[in-house]
Amino acid sequence: MDGINSYLYILYGYSVRVQTGIQVKDFLLPFLRSLLDSLRDLLPIILVISFFQLVILQQPIPNLAEILYGTFLVVLGLTLFVQGLEMGLFPIGETMAYAFARKGSLFWLLAFAFSLGFGTTVAEPALIAVAEEASEIAAAGGAIENTPAAMESYADGLRYTVALSVGFAILIGVIRILYGWPIQYLIITGYIGVVIMTMFAPKEIIGIAYDSGGVTTSTITVPLVAALGVGLASSIKGRNPMTDGFGLIAFASLTPMIFVMGYGMLIG
Amino acid sequence: MSAPFHILHTLFDTVFDVLPIVIIIFGFQLLVIRRPIPNLRKVVFGFVYVLLGLAFFLEGLEIALFPIGKLMAQQLTDPAFIYGQVESAIQTMQWRDYVYVYVFAAAIGFSTTIAEPALLAVAIKAKEVSAGAISIWGLRIAVAIGAGLGVALGTFRIVTGTPLHYFIIAGYIIVIIQTAFAPKTIIALAYDSGGVTTSTVTVPLVTALGLGLASTVPGRSALLDGFGLIAFTCLFPIITVMGYAQISEWRQKVASKRTHSTGE
Repeated sequence: MDGINSYLYILYGYSVRVQTGIQVKDFLLPFLRSLLDSLRDLLPIILVISFFQLVILQQPIPNLAEILYGTFLVVLGLTLFVQGLEMGLFPIGETMAYAFARKGSLFWLLAFAFSLGFGTTVAEPALIAVAEEASEIAAAGGAIENTPAAMESYADGLRYTVALSVGFAILIGVIRILYGWPIQYLIITGYIGVVIMTMFAPKEIIGIAYDSGGVTTSTITVPLVAALGVGLASSIKGRNPMTDGFGLIAFASLTPMIFVMGYGMLIG
Repeated sequence: MSAPFHILHTLFDTVFDVLPIVIIIFGFQLLVIRRPIPNLRKVVFGFVYVLLGLAFFLEGLEIALFPIGKLMAQQLTDPAFIYGQVESAIQTMQWRDYVYVYVFAAAIGFSTTIAEPALLAVAIKAKEVSAGAISIWGLRIAVAIGAGLGVALGTFRIVTGTPLHYFIIAGYIIVIIQTAFAPKTIIALAYDSGGVTTSTVTVPLVTALGLGLASTVPGRSALLDGFGLIAFTCLFPIITVMGYAQISEWRQKVASKRTHSTGE
């Protein structure tokens, strides 16, 4: 490692040292190590794709240079994301949880929980895509008129339904942490709700409803919500961060199924 | 479009997606909590890192992974590949002919889940909260095995045309039974791991696989049968994470029994 270190020192060391006064090895080596970690995280995909392309489909890998460049961006991006997670997303989620717990205002805590769920979901690109596809299915199935305007209002309605359901989910999840209710009773009740709704919902909406639970939880929402839950559970006396802190995301992937089937029943 | 320009475009999109979160956080911080954020500089830098990281990540996926992954999903589900040169075989399709599709589905479900940043975030948090009892890789591998199983079973369902809710309800029953026996500390985390699996990397590839399969298997419609794979990918990690906890608890019991009996 010494050889690499001195090499990097020659490359970047001067400016790093002048600007921050930190030794280059304190700065660059951890970064290099996390780059390697990210590369290791990607290794399974690289192996799977190469194996199927070369052995099963027996075709060459197209645009190798482009793929290498893209892989480099993915590795760099994952490394920066993990760095930012520990510096920004986790601390802010926990600080806000502590601040709300100290402030002791239930109303504002719940308002925050709802806005976080609603606000992060309503603009989620994956959800917008699913809502558009759902409107095509509804139009093809004759549930709504086959016009662009009707389809757009259907897609928008679906998007707001899912966003409402996620806001509601985080709100219920936070109340559960405050009172220390065991999560399994709530989730199993939700499952029973899903099964009952499945019996009555129009057949075309079921697949979309089941999938909508999964697409709502984005890469930035998950760490924030996890930090909020763990922060709340560790700042309230008698709550265990392990059993009470997790579970917010579980609610966020359950309620959209029920709400979307309800939406399908109302419109259809 | 040139590469540097396109990256800026992706960065702009990412900023736009994250904007509501930033507004909510800083809005509540300034108007309701009204306290300065500790280490504000560090937090702001963290947000910038997250934005840049996510933009690079998405851009790289668009360049390197999604085109080849989606093309592969199409090629593997193409009847010409599955039946070789025999065109007439299309009439006599059987679910066994799709064995490569199931293997690919399991492999892609597993490997994209390992690379999922949201799962990594939850695994880091779980390790921190459990004081190391839950390892980052243990959780990630347990979730990834579940996702692989889920996607494979989901493709099997598309091929056979079995109604989606049979599988999902059966999965729920397994989850409920496991909940009664699994260690109490793992339950909330296990339920969370379902939603965490399906994010940036997994959803586009799994969706492409489902749509490709539903549009080439005779008798399926892309619109009706293409959905449902994400639901499978969400459900099975719950089962495998609880299973992982049950197995480690059982092994600990066996180990402590052994040391106990040799100690006497």
